[in-house]
Amino acid sequence: MGKTLYQKVWDAHTVGTLGDGRTQLFIGTHLIHEVTSPQAFGMIRELGLTVKYPHRTFATIDHIVPTINQDAPADPLAAEMMAALRENADDFGVTYFDLASGKQGVVHVVGPEQGITQPGSTIACGDSHTATHGAFGAIAFGIGTTNVRDVLATQTMAMESLKVRLIKVDGELKPGVYAKDVALDIIRRLGANGGIGYAYEYGGSTFKNFSMEERMTVCNMSIEGGARCGYVNPDDTTFDFLKGRPYAPGDAEWDNAVSRWRAFASDSDAHYDDIIQINAAEIEPTVTWGVSPDQGISISETIPDPAEAATEVLRNSYQEALDYMKLPGGTPIKGVPIDVAFIGSCTNGRLSDFREAARFLKGHTVAPGVQAIAVPGSQITAVQCEKEGLDKIFEEAGFEWRAAGCSMCLAMNPDKLVGDQVCASSSNRNFKGRQGSPLGRTILMSPVMVCAAAVRGVVSDAREVFEVGESDIAVA
Amino acid sequence: MALAKITSVSGTAVHVPGADIDTDRIIPARFMKCVTFDGLGEFAFYDVRFDPTSGERTDHPLNEERFNGANILLAGVNFGCGSSREHAPQSLNKYGFKSIIAESFAEIFFGNSTTLGMPCVTLTADQINHLREAVEADPATEITVDVEKLEVRSSAGHTFNCAIPDSARDALVSGRWDPIQELLDNEDKISSVGEALPYV
Repeated sequence: MGKTLYQKVWDAHTVGTLGDGRTQLFIGTHLIHEVTSPQAFGMIRELGLTVKYPHRTFATIDHIVPTINQDAPADPLAAEMMAALRENADDFGVTYFDLASGKQGVVHVVGPEQGITQPGSTIACGDSHTATHGAFGAIAFGIGTTNVRDVLATQTMAMESLKVRLIKVDGELKPGVYAKDVALDIIRRLGANGGIGYAYEYGGSTFKNFSMEERMTVCNMSIEGGARCGYVNPDDTTFDFLKGRPYAPGDAEWDNAVSRWRAFASDSDAHYDDIIQINAAEIEPTVTWGVSPDQGISISETIPDPAEAATEVLRNSYQEALDYMKLPGGTPIKGVPIDVAFIGSCTNGRLSDFREAARFLKGHTVAPGVQAIAVPGSQITAVQCEKEGLDKIFEEAGFEWRAAGCSMCLAMNPDKLVGDQVCASSSNRNFKGRQGSPLGRTILMSPVMVCAAAVRGVVSDAREVFEVGESDIAVA
Repeated sequence: MALAKITSVSGTAVHVPGADIDTDRIIPARFMKCVTFDGLGEFAFYDVRFDPTSGERTDHPLNEERFNGANILLAGVNFGCGSSREHAPQSLNKYGFKSIIAESFAEIFFGNSTTLGMPCVTLTADQINHLREAVEADPATEITVDVEKLEVRSSAGHTFNCAIPDSARDALVSGRWDPIQELLDNEDKISSVGEALPYV
C-alpha cells in the first residue's frame, strides 16, 4: 500500500510521540504576522527562551496595515503592534518583510512569492488560512498563539494526526467559472464542518490543469470547510512557479530538489479515508446568501426558503442567517443590491485574479453609489499589476486601487463596512460582522463576479454582464 | 512548570444557542488589536451581547442576571469555527468559562482551548438539550464535567457519557495540557530531524 503526500511529509517531520499520544511534529517553516505573534514573543521572553531556528522564521505585516498610507496608521494600537513586530524580529534575528522592503504583503501571498513555500515541507502560521501553502504540496497548519510560542521556542508542535480525504474534481470548468467557485461548491457540498478531522487532498484533472494561483485559492478555503489543511500534489506547474524565486533552491541544487519534491506526491495506490468525486462541468458561478461559507448557491438559484428546510435545526439556522442578511427566502440572489465591492485577500488577491478581473472590467463603470476597492495581496503583486497597467483599468472603471494588506477581509484596519452595508467580496468569510460592522453583510464570490456586481450595483451573473463566451475560459 | 491536573470542572452553566458559532462572533476582530491577552474577557460575544446600533444590552443569555457566574458553556455544532485566533478561547476563559460542552468543536479552537487547560467535551444534541432545559428551569443547577470518567453529571439527575479525544483527556488529567516543557525536553531529537531536512 502506497502513502499519501500527507503521510510522507508527516513521517519525515516526526520528532517523536508525546506522553499524551500526540506527535511532536517538526515545523520547517514558521510564518508570523503582527496579530498573533506579540503574545507568543511575550511568553518566550517570560520563560527565558529564545527562537530556536530564526532562519526558518519569516515575518510580515498584513492584518492591521492600512491600505492608504500604509506606514502611518491613525490607530495608536495598530502602530503599537507594528512596532512590536519590528522589535521582536530585531531582537530574535527573524527575517522581516516590512513595509520598506518592497516585499510586504498578506503572509499567504508573500510565502509563495518568495519561494519560501516548498513541496514536502511543514508550515505553520498563527492564521487559519495557512492551508493556502498546501497548493505547493506542503502540509500547512493554522495555529493558535500558544502553538506559535511552541514553534518559536522549539520549531515543533504537538499535533494529532489527521485522516485524508481525496476530493477529486475532473473535467473542464465552464467559461465564467473559477477556482473560487470550486472552493465554494466543495464547502457547500460537504458543509462548514465536513472537514473536521481531515486533511484534504485536491486531485483530478481540474486541479492538474490549475495554475498555482488557482490551487492556492482552493487550498486557502479548506478551513472554511472545517479541514485544517488542504494540499495539491506537486508537479511541473509547482516547480515552474518556484524556479528562480529568492528562497527557492538555486541552479546547482535545483534538479535534486525537484526529484526530492516529486517523490512526496501521493502514490497511485495510496489509501484514502474518504474519496469525493466532483464533475467540474456541473460547477456554476457560486455566491453565498447567509452567514456561513457553506450557505452558498449558484447565481441562478433562489435563496433557500426556511419553510422548506429538511430539519428544524436547518430551518432555524436558515432563518437566523436570513434575518441577519435581511434577505427573503425563496427569492433570487441575482439582483440583491450591493453597497461595496472588494477584490483582494489571501484567497483572491494575486496577479492572476487582477488580470482576469481587469480583462472583463475594462470599458465598464462601477454603478453609482457603489464603493469598489481593489487591494493587491502584496507589494510585489501591486508592482506587477501596475506594470501591466491593471491599476489604470480598475481606476478608470471607478475602483480605488489600494496598497497591499488584508484590508476588508477581516476588519482590523480602516477598511470596514458601515452599518448594514452589503459587500460583494472576493474574500473567504461571510460571518456576522466579519467585515468590520457588527451589522455588515458579506456575499462571497469570485473576483470576476465582484466586478459584475460592482458594474450593475446588484449581485449579477458575470457571464451575462460581460457576455462571457466559450472563448473566455480562464487562461492561467 | 508543574501544571494542575484537570480531572473535572464543576459549576453552573449557560446555553448559547446556534450552530457554527465562529471565532469572529466569540471575539470580534477589532478587540484583537492588543499585544497581550489581558482584558479580553469583557469582549466575549460582544457584538451579540450589545446592540450594535443602540449599544444597549441584548437578550443574549450571557446578559441574563440569573446566569451570572456560570463557568460552563453549553453550545451546538462546530463551535469555534473560523479563524485560528487564540483570542477566542482566551476571552471565554477570562470571562469565566472553565469548560465547554458542545455537539462538536472546530479543531483549531479545540486545540487552543486544551492548551489553556479548558476542557471541551462533546455530547449529543439531545443530551445538551436536556442540560439546557435543566439550567433554564433552575440556573443554580450544578453541572460537573468529569474528564477522568468521561461523564457529564447534573444536580438535576443527569449522567451522560461524554467524549473527548484520548490525547486531550490524557493531557488534562495528567497535567500536561501545556506541552512546552515536553517539547523542549526533546532538543536532541529535534535537531536530528531538522538536520535530515534539506530545506531547513
